[in-house]
Amino acid sequence: MAAITMRNIVKRYGDGFHAVDNVSLDIADGEFIILVGPSGCGKSTLLRMIVGLEDITSGDMIIGDTRVNKKAPRDRNLAMVFQNYALYPHLTVYENIAFPLRLRKAPEEEIREQVNNAASLLQLTEHLERRPANLSGGQRQRVAMGRAIVRKADAFLFDEPLSNLDAKLRGQMRTEIARMQRRLGTTTVYVTHDQTEAMTLGDRIAVLRKGVLQQVGTAHQLYEEPANLFVAGFIGSPPMNFMPGRLQDGRIETPFGAVPASGPRLSKVGDRELVIIGLRPEHFEDAALVASAVRGRGQAFTAEVDVTEWLGNQLYAYVPYSAPAEITQRLEELERELDSEQMRTQLVVALDAASRIRSGAQAHLWFDPERMHVFDAATGENLTRDPDRSFAEDVHVPAAKPDDTPPAP
Amino acid sequence: MATDRRVSGWWTVWGLLILVWALFPLLWMVSLSFKDPDTFRSGTPTFFPETWVWDNYRTVFADSLFTSALINSVGIALIATLLAVVTAMFAAYAIARMTYPGKKFLLSMALAIAMFPQAALVGPLFNMWRNLGIYDTWIGLIIPYLTFALPLSIWTMSAFFRQIPWEMEQAAQVDGATAWQAFRKVIVPLAAPGVFTTAILTFFFCWNEFLLAISLTSTDRARTVPAALSFFTGASQFESPITYIMAASVVVTIPVVILVLIFQRRIMAGLTAGAVKG
Repeated sequence: MAAITMRNIVKRYGDGFHAVDNVSLDIADGEFIILVGPSGCGKSTLLRMIVGLEDITSGDMIIGDTRVNKKAPRDRNLAMVFQNYALYPHLTVYENIAFPLRLRKAPEEEIREQVNNAASLLQLTEHLERRPANLSGGQRQRVAMGRAIVRKADAFLFDEPLSNLDAKLRGQMRTEIARMQRRLGTTTVYVTHDQTEAMTLGDRIAVLRKGVLQQVGTAHQLYEEPANLFVAGFIGSPPMNFMPGRLQDGRIETPFGAVPASGPRLSKVGDRELVIIGLRPEHFEDAALVASAVRGRGQAFTAEVDVTEWLGNQLYAYVPYSAPAEITQRLEELERELDSEQMRTQLVVALDAASRIRSGAQAHLWFDPERMHVFDAATGENLTRDPDRSFAEDVHVPAAKPDDTPPAP
Repeated sequence: MATDRRVSGWWTVWGLLILVWALFPLLWMVSLSFKDPDTFRSGTPTFFPETWVWDNYRTVFADSLFTSALINSVGIALIATLLAVVTAMFAAYAIARMTYPGKKFLLSMALAIAMFPQAALVGPLFNMWRNLGIYDTWIGLIIPYLTFALPLSIWTMSAFFRQIPWEMEQAAQVDGATAWQAFRKVIVPLAAPGVFTTAILTFFFCWNEFLLAISLTSTDRARTVPAALSFFTGASQFESPITYIMAASVVVTIPVVILVLIFQRRIMAGLTAGAVKG
């Protein structure tokens, strides 16, 4: 068990491409951290630099108290679970899990005990004599985890471990990984592009974009106080709506009416003309369903809804609008980066399932301007962000420290 | 259903025809080897011997020409195969896994060597080997065999190594293995079918080779069975050596057949490897 410290880590390839650019990150002992970002953002490269499969161009990688830049993977005492599991097909499940111990020339007695412990923890006991080819995806995943567990490694590294599983299994394995990490209390770095995994698994999330660290924080901090347009657009599904806004006479003009920029958050926007406004789909309400007590402080507007999707628990309504070319271009760029398909300038609105709004109708919608995020149109920086805001829900549940007693079966 | 059965019936007929076509010479060989050498030409010719005799085998094994050739064949083929497989294994690994300048050149040179006509090499080799003093020795045959066996072995094995996901090795390294341990405990076992296939193909090549064997040997010291067969004579010049030759041929065919039967599945896996993703 160890903390991992990265200082100004850079990975530059021979052709000059910066895969990872000046990333500094402190991972506390026992912390579960998620590296997330669209494909090609350098998250896997960063993980592989931690484990030693990729050379570090410059910067310091410190595990525990030692700088490991020049150490071979086998000397770093880390355990990694690969995307395709990388099980040894010629060995049984038992031998697969025992492999790291055999390399260490551990006594047979210890190997048996360790493997059996890991197997019972992962419910693999009845599969120990089978070969990986005869296992289901979830079982293979667990074998790969077993191999990591027996190492008593300083940290676990996961490289998109669930992306080869179907949706249902992914949900199960997600909770299993979370449970395992809480139980063992091992420092864990987990790479994913799936934001459900990112939001639910880790203590903290680090968002990467083109090799540059965008924001590190808890799920709440990222969701409620994104540092910039990229993070705001990446976290959340359906994604945050972005609209053009124009500051005039202490008011912000939006495509859906002007709102006063006087609240504690909006007053931070300062003096600029063109901004991008971000509002999450669930921040809109059907005006008819808003309690009259709060209706006054919000902004109501009428818009044409062209498509609605009723999902049972909520209703998605799509509202097209027009935006100035300048903003449209900026947003298109962002969506390309986020690998998202949605290229239209439209508003996605998540409404209460009880809403009577239907496709093609004129809808009365309502939102609270205080929940708006305002971004600089040029830099994408979030102008309304409160970086120090903390959330009661984030109080870290201290990971159970593993003692020397074997985990209960 | 009826047409299905008819189609599969046709396939069976074709299969049998091909089988007969391929097996007939072998049967003829076996049958001849059991015929009486003195009388097999007299009387009415029959496919199977009128009386089955072991005389030919007895004569062949009593003849030092054949027994020493058999020892030479086994020794030379085994040593050449072992050397070729071990060398090719490392070479193929380097080709599959590492990047270094001149890799393409190396591969195409290997292919060029494999395509080079052997007959063109025999003359120069004969002179060189005599000057070097390795004419008519085991090593004198093993070296050219290696030359011709290596390119094929390297190509086959590098195809096998390429199939093994790189993550396997990386996983082993993260698990605490040195590069050598990862190679030995993960890569080699996974490439075993490829290693077997290569070994068997190389062994067959060395076992059956005739041109170099007859050109670079002159005595029992290094002459292999295919070359020795051509020196068989009958008991007198009026006696045909054919039945002896056939008996000797049966003896040298047996190891090949046994090898194929034992490693049939491995060879099939080797020949079709890479066709579909496992």
